[in-house]
Amino acid sequence: MATYLIKRLLAIIPIVLFAIFLMFILIRLSPVDPAEAYLAAANIHPTEGLLAEKRQEFGLDQSLIVQYFQTVKNIVQLDFGNSYVTNTPVWQEVAARMPATIQLALSSILLAVIVSVPLGFLSAVYKNSLIDHFSRLLSYLGASIPQFWLGYILIFFFAVKLDLFPVEGRGTWQHFVLPSVTLSMALIAIYTRLLRASVLEELEEVYVLYARTRGIKEKAIMVKHVLRIAISPMLTGLGMNLGKLLTGTIIVEQVFSWPGFGRFFIEAIFNRDIPVIQSYVVLAACLFIVCNLIVDIVQLYLDPRISWKGRTEY
Amino acid sequence: MISSIRVGAKSNWAIAICAVVLLVFFLVSILAPWIAPHDPIQVNLALKLSSPSWEYPLGTDHLGRCNLSRLLYGARVSLGFASLIFVASLGVGLLVGTIAGYRGGWIDLFLMRFCDGVMAFPNLVLVLGIVGLLGPGLWQVVLALMMVQWVYYARMIRGMVVSMKQQNFITAARISGSSTGKIIRRHLVPNVLPPILVMGTLEMGWAIMDISALSFLGLGIQPPTPEWGAMIQEGKNFIRSQPELMLYPGLMILLVVISFNVLGESLSERFGVKRRY
Repeated sequence: MATYLIKRLLAIIPIVLFAIFLMFILIRLSPVDPAEAYLAAANIHPTEGLLAEKRQEFGLDQSLIVQYFQTVKNIVQLDFGNSYVTNTPVWQEVAARMPATIQLALSSILLAVIVSVPLGFLSAVYKNSLIDHFSRLLSYLGASIPQFWLGYILIFFFAVKLDLFPVEGRGTWQHFVLPSVTLSMALIAIYTRLLRASVLEELEEVYVLYARTRGIKEKAIMVKHVLRIAISPMLTGLGMNLGKLLTGTIIVEQVFSWPGFGRFFIEAIFNRDIPVIQSYVVLAACLFIVCNLIVDIVQLYLDPRISWKGRTEY
Repeated sequence: MISSIRVGAKSNWAIAICAVVLLVFFLVSILAPWIAPHDPIQVNLALKLSSPSWEYPLGTDHLGRCNLSRLLYGARVSLGFASLIFVASLGVGLLVGTIAGYRGGWIDLFLMRFCDGVMAFPNLVLVLGIVGLLGPGLWQVVLALMMVQWVYYARMIRGMVVSMKQQNFITAARISGSSTGKIIRRHLVPNVLPPILVMGTLEMGWAIMDISALSFLGLGIQPPTPEWGAMIQEGKNFIRSQPELMLYPGLMILLVVISFNVLGESLSERFGVKRRY
């Protein structure tokens, strides 16, 4: 267990280094001069002297290799630099906005699980029934509907026409409803299909037949055995679709004026706030990897057939 | 047996319907200049937000531009650039994938590690990062989406080439004196393409969705060019008075993307191609 964890954690290092490297190259390739971007974002009129001063401060006059190692060193020390716009450390900005984004993401995952577990399970057990067709339609729609459009459609019906929920902002539970529904649609589409497929696969297994011949109640077989194992691919899906969730939060936050990290990131793109953009990408990569690791660990508990030992080969 | 025939027939229907829908959209995007009733960027403030009429079948937007014409031209932008991204990333993926798979060795190792690196990121996050650093704009978006997508083609093609390399027909070609270039062109590429095209159908849907999402965020296609995502962005300001302004372009995206998705899935079910999530 410990060796497995350590190995997996060590595997994060090259990926983060790669992320930093990619961002570093892109910043150099970009036509935008960080010194100019800084002055523009801070509303300072650029003069030659100021530009030269800023370039020196950002270390742009040093060789590329020195600059790269400086960047890596800073990020390892969790120093992402200061935002060009607010001139406060990016780390603080992130910490201030992250809770809103995480709340939104978690409530959408929760909603997606609540909807897709029964739906996927029932559409596998009652294959080709009405509920199966319904879930197929829902997952095609969920996978193909543009999230921002869905957001406005929900606003139109539930906020403008029926006046049930607030249009934008954050505070009460009502504020959560429309953004979470919007964000969870894409997840529901995937999870429902995944769970349906894996339940169908498990139903063919010998242990189901054995449990049936032993006379165990069908309900007990389904819930205690089949569902418990069939849910495992869904967890992998959860980890793999985290990217979708992350970019989803960017769009949904924009639609509902949700004060999270995603909106901050979009603002940063328009302001050419390079430290914020860089840290968003690096943090997103880290988050993605760590969540996948957590998913793998949870999976080990759910499916006893996967052993720690086999996994250490990873 | 009967059920398998039935499934086959059903997926045939799905393939046919989706293919027709997509064909219509492709035709519209090619013929837009001839079938659109008005110039899509012609501003006419005297007619702003007017209701449907004979002259303007779907009414006009906040600048008095013809909605129908903008929708038709929007097909051109979305499908055109999605196809461009598809062809470009397929080209790069084919090149890298066949070289890595056929040559093997350190080239393979290096290229595949690079692919792994790109795949370690959530897709659109990387796209947004690239667009963020290069600056908003259509070509930046196309470049960014291409840079992210070719990796998946390369990975898949490499896998197929590696397994195909061991097969007898390649050995036979080599023994009979075909050059490496000829083997790749005549034997490997034709065998690799069909499943890749199936995968590409799904990727097209994603590309259209991503282009419209980026344009919606204001990072992609800039006004006044008619693009569905950007039209939703503009139309949302009139959600109380003229909801159809944001309704129509969204329906277009939904229709095109769902056709690509259903078509891609039916085709991959049929030909046993594994898709990525």
